[in-house]
Amino acid sequence: MSSGRALAEGFPDLTGLPTARRTHWGRWIAAGLILVVLALIGRAFAQGQIEWAYVGRFLTVPVILRGIVNTLVMAVLAMSLGIVLGLVVAVMRLSPNPVLKGVAAGYTWLFRGTPLILQLLLWFNLALVFPVIGIPGLWSAKSVEVMTPFLAALLGLGINQGAYTSEVMRAGLLSVDAGQYEAAQAIGMGRLKALYRIILPQAMRVVLPPLGNEFIGMVKATSLASVIQYPEVLHAAENIYYANSRVIELLIVAGLWYLLVVSILTPLQMLLERRFSRGTARITK
Amino acid sequence: MSARPLVAVRRVSKSFGTFKALNDVSLDVRPGEVMCLIGASGSGKTTLLRCVNQLTRIDAGGIWVDGELLGMRESGGRLHALSEREVARQRLKTGMVFQRFNLFPHKTALENVTEGPVHVQGRRPAEVRDEAMALLARVGLAAKAGNYPSQLSGGQQQRVAIARALAMKPQLMLFDEPTSALDPELVGEVLAVMRELARSGMTMMVVTHELGFAREVADTVVYMDQGAIVEAGTPAEVLGGPREARTRSFLSAVIG
Repeated sequence: MSSGRALAEGFPDLTGLPTARRTHWGRWIAAGLILVVLALIGRAFAQGQIEWAYVGRFLTVPVILRGIVNTLVMAVLAMSLGIVLGLVVAVMRLSPNPVLKGVAAGYTWLFRGTPLILQLLLWFNLALVFPVIGIPGLWSAKSVEVMTPFLAALLGLGINQGAYTSEVMRAGLLSVDAGQYEAAQAIGMGRLKALYRIILPQAMRVVLPPLGNEFIGMVKATSLASVIQYPEVLHAAENIYYANSRVIELLIVAGLWYLLVVSILTPLQMLLERRFSRGTARITK
Repeated sequence: MSARPLVAVRRVSKSFGTFKALNDVSLDVRPGEVMCLIGASGSGKTTLLRCVNQLTRIDAGGIWVDGELLGMRESGGRLHALSEREVARQRLKTGMVFQRFNLFPHKTALENVTEGPVHVQGRRPAEVRDEAMALLARVGLAAKAGNYPSQLSGGQQQRVAIARALAMKPQLMLFDEPTSALDPELVGEVLAVMRELARSGMTMMVVTHELGFAREVADTVVYMDQGAIVEAGTPAEVLGGPREARTRSFLSAVIG
């Protein structure tokens, strides 16, 4: 010490002494037990009645590849519809207009409150309610022809997703400080421009992790569209095993494809998150 | 009073629920005048400032900036609210500096300054950029143009906020307690920028607790209490020899 005061005796200098490592017996035992269980499960599957050769053979057949492409197309389109709807509904929900607010809350209530598979079946069977749809005097068509499996799946998945996404978006919009909106107004921005240029880019940072979650959910939710004959990957796998009875092998094929898609999406999400975290302390060190 | 006032506030009242934030307030701000509004929190000074920028809507009375009635149009003996677009256009005449800076955190200092001219006024980015750099130099932050707000101190952020407001070429600058959220050692740099701005002839309304700044820079000091103007005059009159007992007790409480 530079103050010149004498230090008390009895507190030895510990600098330079090595630190001994403690042995974590509990961790070793737990790790050992888990490895044994994993080995047993692995052995069970190896001895189980799975013809792995079929998995390899069907993994890349054209029907399955078309199925996974259809899965991805539907996931991207339905998610896009869900994001657009979700954003509109979230903005409506935060508006001072009681009608807009009520309609937005009602939409979320209705589509979050009923099972997705039920909604898909309702869209697909819309022709039972409205045999003919159209704009009076301008255009009309038979519902059976318009409501293809593709359109029914898109509407069912997208509109349902919108109900969930609206809550994610609302949380994001609420997370942005009210002062940001005032600052945008103070430099002459209108409501929409402030939303688009100032509020949304900041909300994105909060919204992206749950939205990534939702998109991964959507990739898997497209499998429900198999019940309305949309030819996504699970539907393709089912069609094959109806013919050759290799049920488990083809379900594993579909499962591997889902795992692959989800594994690719995770790093993509991280890239997006980095893009929208500009200016935050954690990134700019 | 000879010249037309740049800001004319006439019989303005504003309530939040049962709380009367402004109670029949009238005042004039002449072109080039620096007016400091002082008073305890809850006295209505910030509300008055926000009404001048239409961030808060008034209940009664009228505010004119540059001869134009704010937020309303009179026709057929009735007042009609202006559209959001017209209100946004009226706001271009005033620049606002907030207590908590409110810089856009996802944009650099330079982008904060160019945002309004480019994306609201639709001016050419190249020409705006040069002006914005000149403004950042004016507030002493040319070297920080590429920094994000999170990389700047509070005083630096507030100076960027001043540059952002000036970039819109306002006729009037509103300051809402611009130094209240700053660490004490950073107050001086912001006041220095405001002092320079006042000398350049900018019309300013400043809500502040910095009585030293008011004494030195203000042309007019307005003391408010309970939503009303208690006393207004030169700094020497209001701060030097206040006539009202309420002003005297406020000043002795602030100076201690």
